[in-house]
Amino acid sequence: MQALTFKRGVHPPDGKALSAEQPIKVILPKEDSELFYPMSQHIGAPCEPLVAVGDHVKVGQKIAESGAFMSSPIFASVSGEVVDIRPMLVPGGAMVKSIVVKNDGKMEEIEGLNQGRDYTTMTNDEILTAIKEAGVVGLGGAGFPTHVKLDPPKDTPIDHILINAAECEPYLTCDYRLMLEEPERIVKGLQIMLKLHPGAKGVIGIEMNKPKAIESMTKACEGIDNITVQPLVTKFPQGSEKHLIYAITKREVKSGALPASAGCIVDNVDTVLAIERAICKGRPLMRRIVTVSGQGIKNPGNYKIRIGMTLRDLVDAIGGFKEDNPPVKLIAGGPMMGPTLYTLDVASVKTTSGLLCFTKEEAYIPEERNCIRCGKCVDHCPMGLMPFMLNAFSIKGDGEGFVAHHGLDCIECGSCSYECPAKRQLAQSIRATKKIEAGKKAAAAAAARAKAEAEAKAKAEAEKN
Amino acid sequence: MSNFVVSGTPHVRSKESIQSIMRDVIIALIPATAAGIYYFGVKAIILIAASIVSAVFFEWLYQKLLKKPVTISDLSAVVTGLLLAMNLPAAAPVWVAIVGSAFAIIFAKQLFGGLGQNFINPALAGRAFLLASYPTEMTTWPAPVGFSGADAVTIATPLSQMKTGAFPDASLMQLFLGQVGGCIGETCAAALIIGGLYLLWKHVISWKIPVIYIATVFVLTALIGRHGVRMPVYELFAGGLMLGAFFMATDYASSPVTPKGQVIFAVGCGVITTLIRIFGGYPEGVSYSILIMNVCVPLIERFTEPTIFGALPKVKEAK
Repeated sequence: MQALTFKRGVHPPDGKALSAEQPIKVILPKEDSELFYPMSQHIGAPCEPLVAVGDHVKVGQKIAESGAFMSSPIFASVSGEVVDIRPMLVPGGAMVKSIVVKNDGKMEEIEGLNQGRDYTTMTNDEILTAIKEAGVVGLGGAGFPTHVKLDPPKDTPIDHILINAAECEPYLTCDYRLMLEEPERIVKGLQIMLKLHPGAKGVIGIEMNKPKAIESMTKACEGIDNITVQPLVTKFPQGSEKHLIYAITKREVKSGALPASAGCIVDNVDTVLAIERAICKGRPLMRRIVTVSGQGIKNPGNYKIRIGMTLRDLVDAIGGFKEDNPPVKLIAGGPMMGPTLYTLDVASVKTTSGLLCFTKEEAYIPEERNCIRCGKCVDHCPMGLMPFMLNAFSIKGDGEGFVAHHGLDCIECGSCSYECPAKRQLAQSIRATKKIEAGKKAAAAAAARAKAEAEAKAKAEAEKN
Repeated sequence: MSNFVVSGTPHVRSKESIQSIMRDVIIALIPATAAGIYYFGVKAIILIAASIVSAVFFEWLYQKLLKKPVTISDLSAVVTGLLLAMNLPAAAPVWVAIVGSAFAIIFAKQLFGGLGQNFINPALAGRAFLLASYPTEMTTWPAPVGFSGADAVTIATPLSQMKTGAFPDASLMQLFLGQVGGCIGETCAAALIIGGLYLLWKHVISWKIPVIYIATVFVLTALIGRHGVRMPVYELFAGGLMLGAFFMATDYASSPVTPKGQVIFAVGCGVITTLIRIFGGYPEGVSYSILIMNVCVPLIERFTEPTIFGALPKVKEAK
């Protein structure tokens, strides 16, 4: 089958050889270690704790939830005592209120766990509720609640369910390993999603640099009519939701719209597996696969960890940093889009896909020079923006110009900065201005709403009198 | 303990740098430089050296005097100096090269903010300045006698012969190989094409500007002709078209960034070059056509901004 792709994009060195051939290894938290469960590991309303300090919790116990639809509950991944509820650093850099559980090492499971069901006998509502009640969110990085994504507005019929197996970020190999090790379960997860949208066809999009994964998934899909494996050109950001949809369906998700508007639902490999586990195994989201890589770590590989473990505990459990060439930069996720960490004392969350330990050589930051207007950022921007211009607007503080030239459509993939021969921090400046302008927009909307409400109230008063 | 580096994404960068791009441009100019030295001998070597050294010197001096970071290691001044030398007749005195470099670096480049901020091509600005100020020195063309030691006689360039309605002396092959009168670096079309192909292969330039520029000149000269004679192929290899199309019009700072804009820019260069050659007062129009299009770049870019991915259909405002 011909490999598909999107326009523009970049080809960074993939760095996957460090960990690609390392089978997934289970890492259990040590007895007496503390696990942190931040109340916000997803897009949407933060959760509120259901437990108090001093309570005993068991594996699989729901310890936090929110009444909002756009939210996702959180589960204890070990058994032990709740010792504190306090702010803890998460990979994105924020301090988030977290439940601290001291692991008693017994891994006592709560009753009712492991009640697997046959999805073919379940109604759609039951499936959606089960997915919600298992705390499944998009594990590719965004953390969008999966039950929301799977239940789009009725006026947007879904005809494609895409599994995002591009794994276009360099270094990361966790999805790759899952496709080699658990292909049947991934396909089962996709079948559950297809049951919700019977008119849709399932497509598993995999980049051509993973031939073994393509082979493995193709084999697992044999005999299933509505699922195909689609090879994709190895190019960053192939795994961007909008660009994956474009590559496979040639549809463009309009500016500001959700994938469902293009008839597509896109979920990451590990997310699909979490759906399968929630339904068929009756287990909520308590673990995830993390790729630990980079030249600064002794044993690069793919590790199945309990969500909530600190990254320090993870690094210690797998043998630690190299003594002769220790890392100087830590990245949560891939090197193109992952935020840096200033410490290892960070809670792993549902969306933690990688930890990169970059040595001095790998972490080299070149000096920023004048823009020479070579246009490479324009030639490579997958969104068709003019990054050098947005960079100039950002430096000038010209928010209006920034918005007028579609700065808010930037997906922050970093292709511009990657290509820039003047080594300008294009993506960084654009991200900062995006935050400022998005904030202004939200504030303006809130003000308009408040004004409208006040006017309506005044009008009602006037009518009353 | 928290001593890890924190920085914005992305954390990997391509190997390409300003310096590597400039180095590629210099490499691409080696064949044409060698051809210029082969045809015009020691005088060419002296002019090229003087031009490069003075361009680098003036960049250094300006940055030192204004207490700015010295950036001569990015090699951009070397490129400007070399390109200026390519645009000088071999008979020009050394001081012409030095004055031209000073104008190119200080007035065209540094006063507007240095690298990337110049709105016109510095080397061409230097050449235009010299042509206006010292027309005799700038239009005295020695014959390509190389190192033969013979005192070079002054000859007419093919384009100036054609201007007068005469049939040029040089054959097409002589013209292609550069055995004609002209600036040091512009005569050997073969060497310039090799250099241009190298830049295309290295992705330093895109094909749009050079190919469309050359194609426009070809089509127009084929359509219009001169004195009833149409020699479009001859026109392509005559004068500074190859040098201009591959090395001058492609200057990043003074050409459009947008793909559509590059097409408009190249067509404009081709049209103006042909008009000057055939109807204008000068025999050659490459330099001025590029300079004129340079100043149109902001306008061109404004109207050729690319359509973004997922662009919303344009809706007319409801009244």
